[in-house]
Amino acid sequence: MSEMILFQDGVLIDPLSQRDGKYDVLIRNGQIESIKSSIELKKEYRIVNLKDKIFCPGFIDMHVHLREPGFEHKETIETGTLSAAFGGFTAVCCMPNTNPAIDDESIALFVQSQGKRANGGIVDVYPVGAVTKRREGKELAPIAELVQAGAVALSDDGAPVSDAEMMRRAFEYAGMFDVPIIQHCEEPTLAKHGVVNEGFVSTSLGLPGIPSVAEEVMIARDLILTQYTNGRYHIAHVSTAGSVELIRRAKKEKNRVTCEVTPHHFTLTDELVRSYNTNTKMNPPLRTQTDIDAIKEGLRDGTIDVIATDHAPHSLDEKEVDFLQAPFGIVGLETAIGLAMTELVHTGILSLNQLVEKFSVNPRRIVGKPITVEEGQEANFTFIDPNAEWKVDIGQFKSKSKNTPFGDRVLKGRAVGIMNHGQLFLY
Amino acid sequence: MKLSSKHLLGLYKMPAKDIELIVETATSFKEILNRPIKKVPTLQGKTIANLFFENSTRTRISFELAERRLSADVVNFSSAGSSVSKGETLKDTARNIEAMKIDMVVIRHNIAGTPHFLTQVVKSNVINAGDGLHEHPTQALLDMYTLQEKFGKLENVRVCIVGDIAHSRVALSNIYGLTTMGAQVSVCGPATLIPRNIQMLGVKVFHHIDDILPKVDALNVLRIQLERQAGGMFPTLREYHRFFGVTKERLGRVDHPITIMHPGPINRDVELSADVADGPHSVILEQVLNGVAVRMAVLYLLSATE
Repeated sequence: MSEMILFQDGVLIDPLSQRDGKYDVLIRNGQIESIKSSIELKKEYRIVNLKDKIFCPGFIDMHVHLREPGFEHKETIETGTLSAAFGGFTAVCCMPNTNPAIDDESIALFVQSQGKRANGGIVDVYPVGAVTKRREGKELAPIAELVQAGAVALSDDGAPVSDAEMMRRAFEYAGMFDVPIIQHCEEPTLAKHGVVNEGFVSTSLGLPGIPSVAEEVMIARDLILTQYTNGRYHIAHVSTAGSVELIRRAKKEKNRVTCEVTPHHFTLTDELVRSYNTNTKMNPPLRTQTDIDAIKEGLRDGTIDVIATDHAPHSLDEKEVDFLQAPFGIVGLETAIGLAMTELVHTGILSLNQLVEKFSVNPRRIVGKPITVEEGQEANFTFIDPNAEWKVDIGQFKSKSKNTPFGDRVLKGRAVGIMNHGQLFLY
Repeated sequence: MKLSSKHLLGLYKMPAKDIELIVETATSFKEILNRPIKKVPTLQGKTIANLFFENSTRTRISFELAERRLSADVVNFSSAGSSVSKGETLKDTARNIEAMKIDMVVIRHNIAGTPHFLTQVVKSNVINAGDGLHEHPTQALLDMYTLQEKFGKLENVRVCIVGDIAHSRVALSNIYGLTTMGAQVSVCGPATLIPRNIQMLGVKVFHHIDDILPKVDALNVLRIQLERQAGGMFPTLREYHRFFGVTKERLGRVDHPITIMHPGPINRDVELSADVADGPHSVILEQVLNGVAVRMAVLYLLSATE
């Protein structure tokens, strides 16, 4: 007996098939049966009314830290994927800074099998393998084996591959398998022990700064190496106006470069750090309004391809210490769509179509996991209520950790469900 | 008259009337310090904990003396050999000490923002005795008190802070306090020791000391730390002394007297030549006495807040 679901009266937005309007979509056993402007009702259909809602190809967060194995007190693959599901994501790419690191095929396979077990496997977990063994930047990790075992990209995230020679070899070697290298751009000799953006706020708080040039110097270096090696380069969490400009120029020169930005970097400035609240400590740090303006322009003109959260759970005890000792990072999965809708769509910077590109089409293309919304294909959708006003309540977070500066913030627009692998999850 | 906050965390955005009140109160306490019997019962029955997580001699002695002159009970805690070295968090240390019924906490810490963090975990009044490279409010208050004594006002007094501005909580607190009071503040030092965007705090920046000397009434000369040389911030102490050192010869080229302050301890003949430190326009020892009076004023005024 087949299960039939009819999505009725919703606005389907799929940039790839150039659909942007009201469609009815019929699903049979998790597969798309038909997409029409109107589908006749039958009594065996389970009807899901999507009036005033949007549905689009399933969103992917290509930059999350699921913390398993090694740091299960912060997050597990079970809680992290539940957080993703509630945030409206049908897939996540998990970074390799676990313990042990994902620098070996056995860990890559373990992470995927945990992902398939977690929450019925509704959220796909795609591992990002390490570039170097133990992420130490000294010897290449077994990149071919990692890719064969399912790694969709390579990164030493949390730290950069700081040695230029190592980065060159990584580009060359990974280039054989056409996987991108995701770089956390931070020149360590310039960033030193900084904890906030270097500028007026770091000066007035007496906190050591991370200058914008620490990010930009490494991006400039890597862009040159990309061109030399024909490597594929993806820049994680772009945070400065100078970086946006470097990437814009590189794209004009047809460099093989893509990049992402986090919701906090287009929403918050370093002024928020004045509270010494450790939930304003992340790496890269919150920058200035000038940087936010440049990032928004980069999102609008296509320089920035992807919105990714850098979801970085830490336990309360770890964050409830002084500012220097607190770890970097905030959780992001459950606030990402709300922040992007509020800050980018409702302000007219991005169309809904562009939003779907940044959350689904582009990141899925970069990691090689595209979705086709056509008859005969598996149904993989994110459902959004674009006008729902809601207040961020950290008590409701499904993530094991609650480290966010967005508690009690009022947002407009939120995810209301996902569908993947035959499972429909609406909330 | 009361202060507008129950804590003294810094001079950032502290209202002018609070600064005036502290300076005024310090004046009456200084009078007590000049009496044969230098003790008053003002804080009798109050217990004050001095939490020093960073080495300090002068500031700790000055606070302790101020507390004892006001008849408070004093407990001292320094991080060497304490439970902190056994891995206890600041939060737990502070809560444990407070559980012993402490009324006020004086904290010095090598990390910026720790006094602010402390106010979130304990109920006592918190006084910042220096946090990392952030603020040292009582030092700046005693500097302002000293200037007020010397010039009778702070408004339009021209003060230049000389030296390692980037690694100085004294500089930052002075800038906040002095600009609030309408003084004209400048900083002078090697470009590597001037923090980014400091001019946004309302100060002028100079890199050649002879350019600024004719335009100031007072210099606040900061201690230059040898470890900054190792960090690549300046080449040698000799070069520093030759280009930024405050010397008698240099001051002699200016046609008006310039008041000399220093928060101590002095590197004689590095940032300040010995004859200037001991010279007629030096108020360095006056600063030390005023420090006790200012800290008495702060303790007294905070004890009256809720």
